[in-house]
Amino acid sequence: MIEAIAFYLLAITAVFAGGAVVLSRSPVHSVLWLILAFFASAGLFVLLGAEFLAMLLVVVYVGAVAVLFLFVVMMLDVDFVKLREGFTRYLPLAAIVAAILLAEMIIVSLAVASGGAAAGGQIVPATADASNVETIGRVLYTDYVYIFQAAGIVLLIAMIGAIVLTLRHKPHVRRQNPGDQINRDRRTAVEIKSAETGRGVSPEELL
Amino acid sequence: MIGLAHYLAVAAILFTLGVFGIFVNRKNVIIILMSIELILLSVNINFVAFSAYLNDVQGQIMAMFVLTVAAAEAAVGLAILVTFFRNRGDIAVDDASVMKG
Repeated sequence: MIEAIAFYLLAITAVFAGGAVVLSRSPVHSVLWLILAFFASAGLFVLLGAEFLAMLLVVVYVGAVAVLFLFVVMMLDVDFVKLREGFTRYLPLAAIVAAILLAEMIIVSLAVASGGAAAGGQIVPATADASNVETIGRVLYTDYVYIFQAAGIVLLIAMIGAIVLTLRHKPHVRRQNPGDQINRDRRTAVEIKSAETGRGVSPEELL
Repeated sequence: MIGLAHYLAVAAILFTLGVFGIFVNRKNVIIILMSIELILLSVNINFVAFSAYLNDVQGQIMAMFVLTVAAAEAAVGLAILVTFFRNRGDIAVDDASVMKG
């Protein structure tokens, strides 16, 4: 009973927040609704017994991706009202496509849930000696270890790509050049002047 | 009792909302990227729901990889967006036809 209440609460929150993401006027509000949708989905994952993925969703999406979105939305000075024109023009077509897509997916879902391999399946609660994290770890670091490494490479390439795309050198900013610093030697750095004994050098002679 | 169909229905609605968002916000590339995140989230819900009801952890592994790719995609997409904004001064993507593709 309490599980059903939790499910419907989280599901309605997720769907409502998802709708608000695509319909709200300000992109900042959209990002905040997106964060709510991610939180509600993390709750659904907990209900399904996938605690590790739920925490991953909160950390990766809410902590990193959503903040990145918020950062970009606030950094760019864009007239968002102008970007919304055409909204009502595309609305009928979008509604038709969405309705057909939703009907198809619901029908397929019902068919799969009643007659597919998972029909009649029950959520098996994790036990103390085989927690969700431990189960994932046992599979991830054995059967999927190469794909796991590939995922790391994907993230590395994405990081390099993002840096390469956004890095820009301004022309009038003085920058450190380590090569020049290391290649300096005594001949270019120091000049030896011979000073007359007992008189020293005056500042004019040095220039 | 909450069955598999309930979770699949939530995922289907979120997926549809994502597609709907791409359709109606054709100019605003930020909302389009957020809609893609919604679509990937709904796919993750499907993966985890099947994983739970089939009692097989592989679905959750796949959801993790989807999460990885989604994070990478968001980072690169927003980097392209920032570069596009620097070059053109706005982010209206419906007339972005510099490359004449």
